[in-house]
Amino acid sequence: MCGIVGLFLKDPALEPQLGALLTDMLITMTDRGPDSAGIAIYGRPTDGQAKLTVQSADPARDFATLADDLGRAVGATITAEIKDTHIVLDLPAPALDAARAALRTLRPDARVMSAGEGIEIYKEVGLPRDVAARFDLARMTGTHGIGHTRMATESAVTTMGAHPFSTGPDQCLVHNGSLSNHNSVRRTLRAAGMTFETENDTEVAAAFISHKLHEGSALGAAMEATLTDLDGFFTFVVGTKNGFGVVRDPIACKPAVMAETDQYVAFGSEYRAMVGLPGIETARVWEPEPATVYFWER
Amino acid sequence: MQTFDLDAQGLRALNSTLHGLRGQTNQTVWDVVNPKGAHSIAVGLDAPIDLTVHGSTGYYCAGMNKQATVRIKGSAGPGVAENMMSGTVIIDGDASQYAGATGNGGLLVIKGNASSRCGISMKGIEIVVHGNIGHMSAFMAQSGAMVVLGDAGEALGDSLYEARLYVRGSVKSLGADCVEKPMRAEHLEQVADLLQRGEAEHLARPEDFKRYGSARKLYTFNIDNAGEY
Repeated sequence: MCGIVGLFLKDPALEPQLGALLTDMLITMTDRGPDSAGIAIYGRPTDGQAKLTVQSADPARDFATLADDLGRAVGATITAEIKDTHIVLDLPAPALDAARAALRTLRPDARVMSAGEGIEIYKEVGLPRDVAARFDLARMTGTHGIGHTRMATESAVTTMGAHPFSTGPDQCLVHNGSLSNHNSVRRTLRAAGMTFETENDTEVAAAFISHKLHEGSALGAAMEATLTDLDGFFTFVVGTKNGFGVVRDPIACKPAVMAETDQYVAFGSEYRAMVGLPGIETARVWEPEPATVYFWER
Repeated sequence: MQTFDLDAQGLRALNSTLHGLRGQTNQTVWDVVNPKGAHSIAVGLDAPIDLTVHGSTGYYCAGMNKQATVRIKGSAGPGVAENMMSGTVIIDGDASQYAGATGNGGLLVIKGNASSRCGISMKGIEIVVHGNIGHMSAFMAQSGAMVVLGDAGEALGDSLYEARLYVRGSVKSLGADCVEKPMRAEHLEQVADLLQRGEAEHLARPEDFKRYGSARKLYTFNIDNAGEY
């Protein structure tokens, strides 16, 4: 069992509240997933700039001079904001790949959570309320975001085993369920050049979609392909720079509820995750159909 | 009339109060406000009360119900009226998966749509759905009846025993050993009765329905297959 929440804002007036709304939704899903929590939040991109979110088990050591060290290595101005075990590095977009490469040498124990123009991912082990407080998620602003509360079944309870998983620029995926053919799919994707940080089944699903997108598939087609190539139980919610998508396996035993108003589209593993949203009483509420891809983009 | 604020008073207080109502009671009408999708609202009732939940519910609302009438003025989460024994559950909105699962008796009315596995393993419950039902509905259904005014999803009535299934709209596919059967007078009468009790007599006519039931090839012993057992 796990909990998923997602919120895609149509009304810019709600953007200052995105973090607060998502945090409430996340905490409501604590009893579906009390062992770890994570959130991917998409802010409005700044032209020509990119963001690299990095996690470290020893932030005092790894983060103190990281922005300057990376800046010197890639010859660019890099600014940083430290949030607990995570650091968000703001850098010129063309320097992003070089900075990732330099990070591996300069801070071999640090882990990249996300990279892209809009995305920031924060995830840690612990109760959702505590994880949200450590990163001050409630104060974040943005256009859309996805959160996950984890009850681990397939791999260890670690920071890297928490969701969301990001395997491509501005891409992320969260999952409720378990995949049975992830080892064979991982082998195929490795042969195709994808790299993996964990033995987790969900990371394979994220990489599967990233690989399809990299090959030129549209988001809808990439999500559609999970229905034929991934075996197991899943409700996936996928985030991209412009929006988010939802797909459930054909058996659809993992719960999912959606709500839409003029102001937003929301996703919850259960309806109660959405009861605090403005106007939920009059929202169109429905259960996404099995084996059907839904997505919203701006 | 008794009003119970679930937000303020909590789920355990509600259910233990309701469980205290045994046999005859003067507190026959109950309103539950602020359900906010909570789980297990009004489970295990065993008294002839009339309880209305003002909003949507989470998992297992009105599970194991006996005698009581439970009305949900919203939509219901998974497992609503699961293993109901008697009484009535009426949902104004939609019902999530396995509504009425394993129900032994009573009447479940869903005025919106029901999703997958509606009436799975039903054992005597009667279910009336004004909208559609999802895939694998009435899987291994043993007895009772289901009336669906809309369409049915894939694999309706798979491995069916003796439940009667009536569908007005299309059936995406029939499950193993489920077949269409002729509507005789007794079936028209049963549908008319269920439409009336399911608050749907103004929405459909009995003669618009088709009946589906077990071909009885899967669960009956066949001497020719003795070697397979």
